[in-house]
Amino acid sequence: MRIDEHPILGEQSERKTVTFYYDGKPIQGFEGEPVAAALYAAGYKTLHFSQKNHQGRSIYCAIGRCNECRMVVNGRANVRTCVEPLVEGMVVETQIGHGKI
Amino acid sequence: MRESDLIIIGGGPAGLGAAVEAAKSGVKDITVFDENAKVGGQLVKQLHKFFGSYEHQAGVRGFELGKNLEAEAIELGVKIKTGCPVWGIFRDNKVGVYTAEGKIQQWQYKKCIIATGAVENSLAFPGWTLPGVMGAGACQTMMNQHRVMPGSKVLMVGSGNVGLIVSYQLLQAGAESVTIIEAAPKIGGYGVHASKVVRAGVKILTSHTVDHVEGTDEEGVKKAVICKLDEKWQKVPGTESSLDVDMVCLAVGLSPLTELARMAECETAYVPVLGGYLPIHDENMKTTVDDIYVAGDIAGVEEASTALDEGRLAGVAVAGAMGALDKRKMNAEIKKIKARLLSLRTGSHGAARQAGKEQVWERM
Amino acid sequence: MELGCLNKCGFLAPEDVAALTTMPSAERISKGPVAIIECIEDIPCNPCEASCKFGAIKVGDDITALPQFFEEKCTGCGACIYGCPGLAIFMIDGSKEGNMGTISFPHEFLPLPSEGQIVDVVNRAGEVICKGTVEKVLAPKISDRTPVVQVQVPKDLLMDARGIKRL
Repeated sequence: MRIDEHPILGEQSERKTVTFYYDGKPIQGFEGEPVAAALYAAGYKTLHFSQKNHQGRSIYCAIGRCNECRMVVNGRANVRTCVEPLVEGMVVETQIGHGKI
Repeated sequence: MRESDLIIIGGGPAGLGAAVEAAKSGVKDITVFDENAKVGGQLVKQLHKFFGSYEHQAGVRGFELGKNLEAEAIELGVKIKTGCPVWGIFRDNKVGVYTAEGKIQQWQYKKCIIATGAVENSLAFPGWTLPGVMGAGACQTMMNQHRVMPGSKVLMVGSGNVGLIVSYQLLQAGAESVTIIEAAPKIGGYGVHASKVVRAGVKILTSHTVDHVEGTDEEGVKKAVICKLDEKWQKVPGTESSLDVDMVCLAVGLSPLTELARMAECETAYVPVLGGYLPIHDENMKTTVDDIYVAGDIAGVEEASTALDEGRLAGVAVAGAMGALDKRKMNAEIKKIKARLLSLRTGSHGAARQAGKEQVWERM
Repeated sequence: MELGCLNKCGFLAPEDVAALTTMPSAERISKGPVAIIECIEDIPCNPCEASCKFGAIKVGDDITALPQFFEEKCTGCGACIYGCPGLAIFMIDGSKEGNMGTISFPHEFLPLPSEGQIVDVVNRAGEVICKGTVEKVLAPKISDRTPVVQVQVPKDLLMDARGIKRL
């Protein structure tokens, strides 16, 4: 859910909307925001599945340290989506396990 | 090989404070490296007004303070490089940098200030890997930096200032409900922070911990089961209760981020009240390695106001050591900053930190 | 300093607050709006002192000292309400005829109530204690995003009422 009005931050300023693809689905987000933020805003939480026990994983540190947000972006595995800026046409996929490098 | 007389690693309040004071004191060639897209460190997410006095920037909201410091540093000619993690620090005064364009560079320095801050601690319990369990700082980043709510019915684990403040910010961002649990028998943070969230409908349960969290892979956290702790910190059987939540935030303390200091062979000490292992330093922030100084949470987890003043202290001390500032002026300025730091380290919350710092200084 | 329930529940009973701070007298409350400073911990902090242009609040050189309040100097202007970073200062007014008074408190949430709106008034524990009518919502630029809401409540609840439920 996006925070459009905030008592301290004020209103959301004008931002450019872009379309990207999440597991094949076209989704909208703001250009430059972290991919994971765009996914959360669109209602998607699970970002990858763990290698051994296939457990759903998601944001934990949100500052690019823990790697729990890793996904396959434009064919590249292990991209930290909590710090990866969203770009028009990006192809984002749920990463399964270690991913293919 | 690139060069900068003074390299500052970390652009939070300590790093920027150091840059500003070093520049004002006459150091000409200063470069600040920060791995994030924007400088400001944790200030970027702080929406509340600061405590302290006028000299401590009281009344200014954290995120404004960050912007002001950045603007001041830039105006003083400090070079700020964002998106540039410093991945290594080597003998003969070099650092390894990974640039925003993906290139590896080596930089030579005369003096270096490591101001890398601290990292959130973890708490493991069954279900902690579910989507929806995250650090309180992570929740804060999502809400205040990215303007996205990561959850709405929240269990906040920890009642230190981070737990209390992020709970308040959750309410400000529109969260439906927040419950705070605290393992200790008393609330850890400031009374006024606790009071303002309790007035706003938050319940704080001391002597409680998380037993386990339930949820699904696709939708994440659905339920948290908490239970009481006895005086020996053991779970009391039969006291479990269930909370209908979609997010569990962990506010269980911070630990200094010491990798670079240790790589540079700075001696460390374990000081629990200041967050754990930290590089020991003298009262002027110099470590056991002559050309390396530290400032901010890396030197002991405290607050943004102490981080800022420790940064200022390191900046002035470095300027003196580099000969840019004469000893008399340096000592006069250092005296003022130390007085400000001392006033922040008094009272029932601050005095323990002052004792911790004194332990560190004695080790030098 | 034994702070009773503050350490466990996050709030104090009115008698505990009164024991730690300088409460305005019943006489002063009946004369007009007056500040109530519920600052109860020795945190290094003093913006309240500078926020008062009339010298009614004093912290002094040791900034961990709790503020001293001089009710005779207080004009009820309310600047201290948004000047306190801890949101620990309120204003009460027991001067009107009849059994209704007003409380004013900082409210940093959206949506803000509007004048005339009936709201749920809460005490320090966050419990709803009565309904109240919003008289004023002030958010001057100098308050830096700390709006002050003034609500009419029964006079006998002036020492308990400290906010409203989020809307």
